[in-house]
Amino acid sequence: MTQEYRKEKKYGMVIDLDKCTGCGACMVACMAENNVPFRDNETDKLKSITWMRVYQLNNGKSYPNEEICYLPRPCMHCEGHNGHSPCVTVCPAIATDYDRETGIVSQIITRCFGCRYCMGACPYHARYFNWWDPVWPDGMEKSLSPNVSPRMRGVVEKCTFCFHRYQLAYEKAASEGRRELRENEYQPSCTQACPAGAITFGDLINKNQAVYKMKKDPRAFRLLERLGTNPKIYYLSSREWVRRAGDNYHPDEETGIVKNHR
Amino acid sequence: MDSAFIPEGVKRCPFSQFLAGLGVVGVVLAWGIYAMLLCWLKGLNQTNMNDSYGFALWIWADLAIIALGGGAFFSGFLKYIVGKDELKNIINFAVLIGFICYSSALLILAIDIGQPLRGWFIFWHANVHSMLTEVAFCLSCYFGVLTIEYIPLILENRKIDKIPFFHNLSHNMHEIMAVFASTGAFLSCFHQGSLGGVAGVLFGRPFAYREGLLVWPWTFFLFTWSAAAYGPCFTIFLTRLLEKITGKKLVKDNVIDLLAKISGWMIFTYIIAKIIDTWYWAAVTVHSKGQTLMDFYDDNMFYGLWILVAEIVVGGIFPALILLTKKGRNSEALLWTAVILACLGVCINRWVMVLQVMAAPVLPFEDWALYYPSWQEVATTILPVAYGIILVMISYRYLPIFPQEKELNPIESY
Repeated sequence: MTQEYRKEKKYGMVIDLDKCTGCGACMVACMAENNVPFRDNETDKLKSITWMRVYQLNNGKSYPNEEICYLPRPCMHCEGHNGHSPCVTVCPAIATDYDRETGIVSQIITRCFGCRYCMGACPYHARYFNWWDPVWPDGMEKSLSPNVSPRMRGVVEKCTFCFHRYQLAYEKAASEGRRELRENEYQPSCTQACPAGAITFGDLINKNQAVYKMKKDPRAFRLLERLGTNPKIYYLSSREWVRRAGDNYHPDEETGIVKNHR
Repeated sequence: MDSAFIPEGVKRCPFSQFLAGLGVVGVVLAWGIYAMLLCWLKGLNQTNMNDSYGFALWIWADLAIIALGGGAFFSGFLKYIVGKDELKNIINFAVLIGFICYSSALLILAIDIGQPLRGWFIFWHANVHSMLTEVAFCLSCYFGVLTIEYIPLILENRKIDKIPFFHNLSHNMHEIMAVFASTGAFLSCFHQGSLGGVAGVLFGRPFAYREGLLVWPWTFFLFTWSAAAYGPCFTIFLTRLLEKITGKKLVKDNVIDLLAKISGWMIFTYIIAKIIDTWYWAAVTVHSKGQTLMDFYDDNMFYGLWILVAEIVVGGIFPALILLTKKGRNSEALLWTAVILACLGVCINRWVMVLQVMAAPVLPFEDWALYYPSWQEVATTILPVAYGIILVMISYRYLPIFPQEKELNPIESY
């Protein structure tokens, strides 16, 4: 019934890489907000859980021509072709789903049985497996967020665009007799934590929202657009080498040749 | 001591020697079971898998043993549907190998999932769009068919056969075995194919992704084809190995020759299709994603072009050419070479379609991810081998697996 009343949305982000300083506040905020577990020894990054991960890119040149760019990478919440995200279609138990109302790719922790097929399907490495049960330092369990269930060993987890915040915001709006959220009512923790204001979040198909205009910026690009994943994270960079690093190109090709799904 | 259970007219080693053999393999089995329990009780942190390698040694082992076990469905298809009656002399062994391979695959899958107690979700909450769902359903159903095909063999044990009910049951099951063999061939086409589809549908992974027909990527058809082609080679390999170990001829040469010849033609046609697939993938599919063939075979420690050559030329063209010629099939050394290369070839194919898919970077700013298995992964992969050896030992000793053994190895006192 709700679909009759609420407008379809496609929540997404525009991340301005010209503004990102690589401080990692988005990563910290994400971990605290979503009760992301960590271990004493996190040196093996291939077993660390980082729903939001900041990559350090460089232009491949040596000093003094070397340039650095920091690229925050949450889940891309791919729409694929008509909602066929790479990870959603492969999950054998429907433990992950593409929500057509919000455009958010969910992860149903209690349904996941840990086959990890979705991880293999995701080209962004945005999905993480719980190799261990979460163990919190003494007393820390008291500061965990009550809105997000900690995950047990043996299941896959990932960025949800802080979906619990959407639910809370929607409950509040409903209590005030509104069916639609205002632009700033629902914002993920990473967006709010970014001190440089590099992350903008909103409904990508709502012409009145900032992200709608920002995604049309000539500096905009998405990661691996050529694969047809149709991600909902847009990046802005005024540097050509950064835009080129977002996808694979043949030497004779120009960047930004894929303009589909925009 | 157990002579009453041994088929009439055949000779077996002393019981003590048999027990000693079981004991040695049993130690390996126990090692694997210990590792399996560690994985179940402590979780998959016992492995060296990581977030880049969600699929690793186990999934490769799964795919490989199912391809090698393909001899069961293809031999059954040839005997019961095509009408190659000579294959009745090797079909029992092919069924036994298939039973071992498929039960092992199911066991490995049960170890490989992070929440084993939720394994039934794949049936209960099935996503019909997922290739893995198709794998689970067809694999389980075909294992059921193989069990039904294996039961009459057990009932033919000398002692069991003396009980009229079991004797009649066995007879009646044999009568309708063509129905099960046909069902098995049908199911096998789908699960072998869906295992190929597991990699082929990954449009986020250009190394694995293939276009195809309707909902099936080309790998769907290539996997079915290759299992039918290479599976019989594994059956021949194990038959010859068992003949070496027992020091007896167990199957007549004309049976092996027929199976080898069919396998040769199947590998030959498959490898042509594989070459076309590889060319199209490199020239069209990968190119459209902004990458080239060499992006997947260069700039890393392990995955060079050598692996493509090993799979297609050494493990495909060579064995096909040997098996296609009468001289090749009649030469013991060449036949051994061909079946070993063929088994390696299909195993390499399954390896690259699992491990290399995970290893190759997709994001331009990421590197190759290389991995080596932990001892727990190795032990649990060897576990099915030990289990298979034990089941072959018991079946060979007590069941009439090879109908021609008595004729080929007459015993003086009889």
